[in-house]
Amino acid sequence: MARSLKKGPYIEHHLKKKVDAMNASGKKAVIKTWSRRSMISPDFVGHNFAVHNGNKFIPIYVTENMVGHRLGEFAPTRNFRGHVGKKDKKKK
Amino acid sequence: MARIAGVDIPNKKRGEIALTYIYGIGRSSARKILEKAGVDFDKKVGEWTDEEANTIRNIINSEYKVEGALKSEVQLSIKRLMDIACYRGIRHRKGLPLRGQRTRTNARTRKGKRKTVANKKKATK
Repeated sequence: MARSLKKGPYIEHHLKKKVDAMNASGKKAVIKTWSRRSMISPDFVGHNFAVHNGNKFIPIYVTENMVGHRLGEFAPTRNFRGHVGKKDKKKK
Repeated sequence: MARIAGVDIPNKKRGEIALTYIYGIGRSSARKILEKAGVDFDKKVGEWTDEEANTIRNIINSEYKVEGALKSEVQLSIKRLMDIACYRGIRHRKGLPLRGQRTRTNARTRKGKRKTVANKKKATK
C-alpha cells in the first residue's frame, strides 16, 4: 500500500540535513548513508551518495530520473554470480 | 465493419466487449465511453449508426491513450527503469519478476520456457 500523500515523502532527517547543508554551501561531496529507505527528493539531484548494501557502500550519482525512488533501489543487496557448471552464459 | 483507433475492427459483438479489442481499453473504460456517447452497452457494433461510431471515435481520440501511443509509453517507462539501474530496472534486464515473487519455482511468465540444465555429474564411487 502506498504511503499517504498527507505525510509527504519519507526522508531520514539526518540525511536531509546533510543535503541541505551541501546545497546551501554549494559544496559537492560523497554522502555516506545507511538510509536505504529514504526517498530521493528533487534536492538530491546531482549529488553523490554512497549507499550501504549491507556489506559495502555502493556509489550512486543521483539524476533527475531517479527522483521518487528510494536510495536502496540503486544498491543491490544480493550478488548472483551464476550457477555451477553454467559456463556458456556470457558474463555481464 | 467499424474501424476505431486505427487498426481495430471488432464487429458482431456487443459494443462493451468490442471496444475492449482496442489495446488500452478494458471493460470499465469501454463502459465509460459508451455511456458518454449515449450508446447502449448491449448494442452490437454492426448496429451502430455512423453518427454513434463517430462520437465514440472522437471520445477515444481525445480522452484515451490507446494502441501505439500507449505501447510506446509503457516501453519508455520500462526503459527509464532500466536506464537508472534501479532494482526494478535490473529485474527487467534479467527477465525476472519485479515484485518480489519467488523464482526458485514458478515465475515462468517472466522466465519463459524451462531451460533444463544437463545433470552435471554422476556420483563417482
